[in-house]
Amino acid sequence: MESPFVTHLAFSLGPVPISFAVVITWGIMLVLTFVAWLSCRDLKLFPGRWQTVIELLVTNIDAQIGEIFQHKKPHFLPLIGTLFIFIAVANMVDLLPGLSAPTAILETPAALAIIIFFSVHFVGIRSQGLWAYLKSYARPNIIMLPFSLLSQITRTFSMMVRLFGNIMSGQFLIGLLLAFAGLLLPIPLMALHLLISLIQAYIFAVLATVFIAAAMAADT
Amino acid sequence: MDLEYISIIAAALTVSAGAVGPALSEGFAVGRAMDAIARQPEAAGPLARTLFVGLAMIETTAIYCLVVALLLLYANPFIK
Repeated sequence: MESPFVTHLAFSLGPVPISFAVVITWGIMLVLTFVAWLSCRDLKLFPGRWQTVIELLVTNIDAQIGEIFQHKKPHFLPLIGTLFIFIAVANMVDLLPGLSAPTAILETPAALAIIIFFSVHFVGIRSQGLWAYLKSYARPNIIMLPFSLLSQITRTFSMMVRLFGNIMSGQFLIGLLLAFAGLLLPIPLMALHLLISLIQAYIFAVLATVFIAAAMAADT
Repeated sequence: MDLEYISIIAAALTVSAGAVGPALSEGFAVGRAMDAIARQPEAAGPLARTLFVGLAMIETTAIYCLVVALLLLYANPFIK
């Protein structure tokens, strides 16, 4: 059995090594962009089947974000929605033969978690001002400062490890069963893995939204 | 005993400890959420979302144990 911590290099772009996970990520990005362009090219007031599906998805994500932010007016649909759709597709792409999920390699979840880390601080500084945002780390007391700083790091780390661990363990389990028991036994576990993929995408998006909403919160 | 055998036993112990604790606490959390939904069915939406986020937090400990076990098996720094 192969170690889950090894990355395979596809090719080198000059001095920059490109791994297979990055190539698959680029493929997913291309496909998602193309599908989005295709479905938004010809929007109608009375939508057809496909446009209804897309509208349902977008309005549902928007409603979920709105529920978390409650009465503030958020505009995070592009970030959170893209994150959710990308992670869901990236988790499930290993169902296609020959591909493996890029989120089962530690780099992709790390990149996504770092995006959330920086956007939390960006949103916090932009909505509260730099000084007020920095002061919010020392609230209610200066004793809380090291714990707040520590929690910023650990929650980014745990977002990364959670996504990686869930998807990688699912793939690992399916691979082990395939080696032991042939064709039919892994199929129910693959169905379970589909469910877990969607739930992890949902949890990643919800946690990102909650962290951003917490950074936005004014002095209350 | 060899370092390899100790690592394998430690990995098994890590995973088993990481299965018991989160299983108990997740069961507790889901049970409480069921209680709350049974009492107030109209609050099922926010409750389910909070439950999911909480379960993700609890599950992180299990995932940490899994990652430590895999590190022991595949990327053990003490075994050349």
